[in-house]
Amino acid sequence: MKPPPFSYHAPASLPHALSLLAETGSDGKVLAGGQSLIPLLNMRLAAPAHLVDINGITELDRVDTDATGVRVGALARHSRVEADPAAAAAVPLLGQGLRLVAHPVIRNRGTTVGSLAHADPSAEMTAALALLGGSVVAASTDGERTIDVADFFVGPMESSLRTGELLVSAHFPRPPAGSGTAFAELARRHGDYAMCGVAALVTLDQDLRVCAARAAYLSVAPVPLVLDLTEPLAGRPPGTADFAAAGRMTRGRLEPEEDIHATAEYRAHLAEVLTARALREAAQAAIRTSLDPAESAREGAPT
Amino acid sequence: MTTKMFGLPVQRTEDQRLITGKGGYLDDLGAGAYAAAFVRSPHAHARVRDIDVMAALEVDGLVAVYTHDDLTGPMAEPLPLLIPHPSILDGRTAHALAKEYVHHVGEPVAMVVARDRYIAEDVVERIAVDYEILDPVVGIEQALLAERVVHAGMGDNVAAHLVQEVGDARAAIAAAPNRLDVELDIERSACTPMEGRGVYARWDGPDQMLRLYSSTQTASGVRAAVAAKLELQLGQVEVVVPDVGGGFGVKIMHPWPEEVMVPWAARALGHEVKWTEDRREHFVAAAHERAQHQRVTVGFDDDGRLLGLDVDISHDNGAYLPYGVIVPIITSTQLLGPYKPGAYRVEFRSLYTTTAIVTPYRGAGRPQGVFAMERTMDAIAQHLGMDRAEVRAVNFIQPDEMPYDQGLLFQDGRPLIYDSGDYPTSLAMIKDLVGWDDFTAYREEARAQGRTVGLGLACYVEGTGPGPYEGGHVQVETNGKVRVATGLTSQGQGHQTVLAQIVADELGVPMSDIEVTTGDTRRMAYSVGTYASRGAIMSGSAVALAARRLREKALRIAADALEADSGDLEIVDGRIRVKGSPASGIELGTVAVLSNPLRYAFDEASKAATQFTGAADFAKPPVAEDDEPGLEGTDFYSPLRCTFASGMHAVIVETDPETADIKILRYCVVHDCGKLINPLIVEGQVHGGVAQGVAGALYERMAYDPGGQLLNASFMDFLMPYASEVPTIEIDHLETPSPLNPLGIKGAGEAGVIPGAAVLAAAIEDAEGFAIQRMPISPSELFHLRRRFASGEIAPLPGRAAPAPTNEQES
Repeated sequence: MKPPPFSYHAPASLPHALSLLAETGSDGKVLAGGQSLIPLLNMRLAAPAHLVDINGITELDRVDTDATGVRVGALARHSRVEADPAAAAAVPLLGQGLRLVAHPVIRNRGTTVGSLAHADPSAEMTAALALLGGSVVAASTDGERTIDVADFFVGPMESSLRTGELLVSAHFPRPPAGSGTAFAELARRHGDYAMCGVAALVTLDQDLRVCAARAAYLSVAPVPLVLDLTEPLAGRPPGTADFAAAGRMTRGRLEPEEDIHATAEYRAHLAEVLTARALREAAQAAIRTSLDPAESAREGAPT
Repeated sequence: MTTKMFGLPVQRTEDQRLITGKGGYLDDLGAGAYAAAFVRSPHAHARVRDIDVMAALEVDGLVAVYTHDDLTGPMAEPLPLLIPHPSILDGRTAHALAKEYVHHVGEPVAMVVARDRYIAEDVVERIAVDYEILDPVVGIEQALLAERVVHAGMGDNVAAHLVQEVGDARAAIAAAPNRLDVELDIERSACTPMEGRGVYARWDGPDQMLRLYSSTQTASGVRAAVAAKLELQLGQVEVVVPDVGGGFGVKIMHPWPEEVMVPWAARALGHEVKWTEDRREHFVAAAHERAQHQRVTVGFDDDGRLLGLDVDISHDNGAYLPYGVIVPIITSTQLLGPYKPGAYRVEFRSLYTTTAIVTPYRGAGRPQGVFAMERTMDAIAQHLGMDRAEVRAVNFIQPDEMPYDQGLLFQDGRPLIYDSGDYPTSLAMIKDLVGWDDFTAYREEARAQGRTVGLGLACYVEGTGPGPYEGGHVQVETNGKVRVATGLTSQGQGHQTVLAQIVADELGVPMSDIEVTTGDTRRMAYSVGTYASRGAIMSGSAVALAARRLREKALRIAADALEADSGDLEIVDGRIRVKGSPASGIELGTVAVLSNPLRYAFDEASKAATQFTGAADFAKPPVAEDDEPGLEGTDFYSPLRCTFASGMHAVIVETDPETADIKILRYCVVHDCGKLINPLIVEGQVHGGVAQGVAGALYERMAYDPGGQLLNASFMDFLMPYASEVPTIEIDHLETPSPLNPLGIKGAGEAGVIPGAAVLAAAIEDAEGFAIQRMPISPSELFHLRRRFASGEIAPLPGRAAPAPTNEQES
């Protein structure tokens, strides 16, 4: 459990980091919170020749909230995003998802953007970004580019990030007015990767009837899949909406795989059950925020 | 009077040091030592054709690479079979480094010594081993089938076979009015202590002495085994056990290949060598337990009374059999629990598989035995439509039948005779604690809310404190401080606290003046080890007896000094005084001075023991013929046989009708370990045991694939429960003293884990309405059982409804 030899670089500025990544190319790996990378190194499952540690680039440690949503910098720890009151008010889904990410000590070190760069389809933050239709910004010595979430996640642990690029921030858009969100997942142990997880977004019209509903999925597809589930719910008030029918819409649309913790069939079943639960909860949150916009802040506030 | 410490919930004296980071564990030692790492087999079964180290030799910092070819004499021979038993048909053990064949993933093939562990692992990666891959044998079914054989030269995979019988069980069952067959499976789990194994060796060339530090549960066992392997005399080997971060049984196994290789290399290199196990190594190369397949046939009368019990056990012992057949013997005997089985026949086959070895893990075969018996009890109750507690009650051994001879030989080779216990009272207590009689109403209330709940009960009896012996040494220093030593080791039990409590009472000294050392052959060479819930019984009794010897001597010396009769003396707060006239007394430290007649004074106090002070009796030598200098006492405790603790667990679970998630709502324990030395420590032991019981029932398993690869060899995928998964534990104590030892105590270390799988299976079964026959169980597995139940493939329990249509049938 000791890593193979590597060269360690600790740039203090973004340009320096980008030039190091350009120089080291596919032999270089970015170290941020290290919650995935360090175990991979220690188990010798990864052996990059160069580690570029971005922890000294303080300009990346930021969380900015504006009318469009929340922009999270590459060095912002999960715990900081979780505790940011403005971010929580703008995008309650962040807090709802982050409190399901592992445990506090891991969230104290792990970064939200690092989790996105890791592109693990079992991660809450990838699903949150997908559900909200967010985007990320990648930087390299050639400049910056913005990548829409739909183009970012390519496969399990695989993103469209190019060699030499550093993911510098992610943008989680503020959901439309009248929206509520919720996270429902089932993990074997508290804080484990979910066997299945569902992030749901329900938007109500001015008569408090459902006008849009969609869900993003963890652990049941190679990428954070988003399904539009509006059809069986449209025009219904949350109290009489058939959320179970929306759950049934997941059938045949997921690609769960079996592992030692759960069969594929069970995961598909969970997706159906948890879809209904998450949608119901999101719809209730939508009612609360529609009636009292200040409620939004409470939804996402750290517990 | 000094406050009696025995029985008080004294705070653990070790904790201040341990929880403030001042503990000294194996890897905290030997900063200047070379580091060892091992090349381990990536295959479950293979022949080693060639080991090519050429690419490794260029690594800077490499010190040595060893393979089996480098070993000679006893080192080249197989490791010992620790506990021989007549039932063993072919007892295979590993070599220190693989000789031609490997039989499980993780088996050490070559040893690398380097300047540090980083370099050692770099070297390990560069050593190329050419393997001829052979067929793996994974799981009990494949082992029994014997189409593939683990060990060359064997016709099948049966390592041992034993039948024990009391009465004619098969005839009794045939004649019984009722008969049931129960088929059960229980999977592998493991101890997984926070600290893995570790060995650090220092060879002193000029003195020709070996000092070995090991994270072990037996200092004396390691000492003897290492001395034999290295062809040293016992007197040349010292084994010291530092702080140990948990054992739970895996560290009673010894000598590990690494435990002989490290001192051997240290001697060969003339340099300190250390090996600290990493987590992956611990998963694949240490030991596991629990996997058994059980077939129970039971005959019983219309009141649920057992008439005959016939049990057939297939036990997976893994690749080798170094610890013998202790685990299946314990299953076979402890299966009987608090019950009279009528006639009993039990047969086991212990089977080789190409997986990690199986040696005792907390509970040591008992969880499996209790699983078999308690699942059978529930099946009888369901068959007869009886209350599950009532079926147990009619089969209990009654208190007035103690001592009760079950007619079998136990794991210590001595008769299985229960010394004491009160099972009817325990049952009344557990029913009361969990609210057994109110559960029907509770279930109805839950059902009305759309919730599914179930109640389970499981009982056990645990033989604790087996011999052969342990020793105690107690010494009073001239400053009045008391040093206590016992040979067995500590890995979190709180021995320092409880042994000090015992000595404090025996000697009349404050606990703060007592220092306890365990697991150091320099202080107590004769010892056996820490296993089978024996620490308090064995070493507690031994230090009590040793302290009594010391007390007698102290009173005798004090009586001379005080010109009083020793019968009129008492010891209070470290001072011996005449009862009734407390002003007339002498400090224990002063008695220690007087106990050692001196020629030369070394400080003010010691002048009192020199030759020209005080009144000497010229008719006697300074040290009497039957006496020896010093204020010390040594004694050994060797029990006639085990003492039998017991207990009952009851749980209430809730199962999610949709997700099949399983939640424990209540976990209740009634526990009888005789007299409690320290209720706080006993409850801590119960908590830890229950946590491991819950772990084995709902979370942990060793996921070997058909090729013999362990798929979950990390704490990410091996689901040791977190604090968030362990329920609040409600405990009630019953104290039925043991007549077998001077303190009236019974073991408490393993009890909490024993009925875990049985009681949770019972509660889940009760919630679901169909039989649960295999543990552990996950939500995914429960989901699939529900599917099979819904389709009619699984029958409802007798008296329970057939499946109602659910939304699962829609899909």
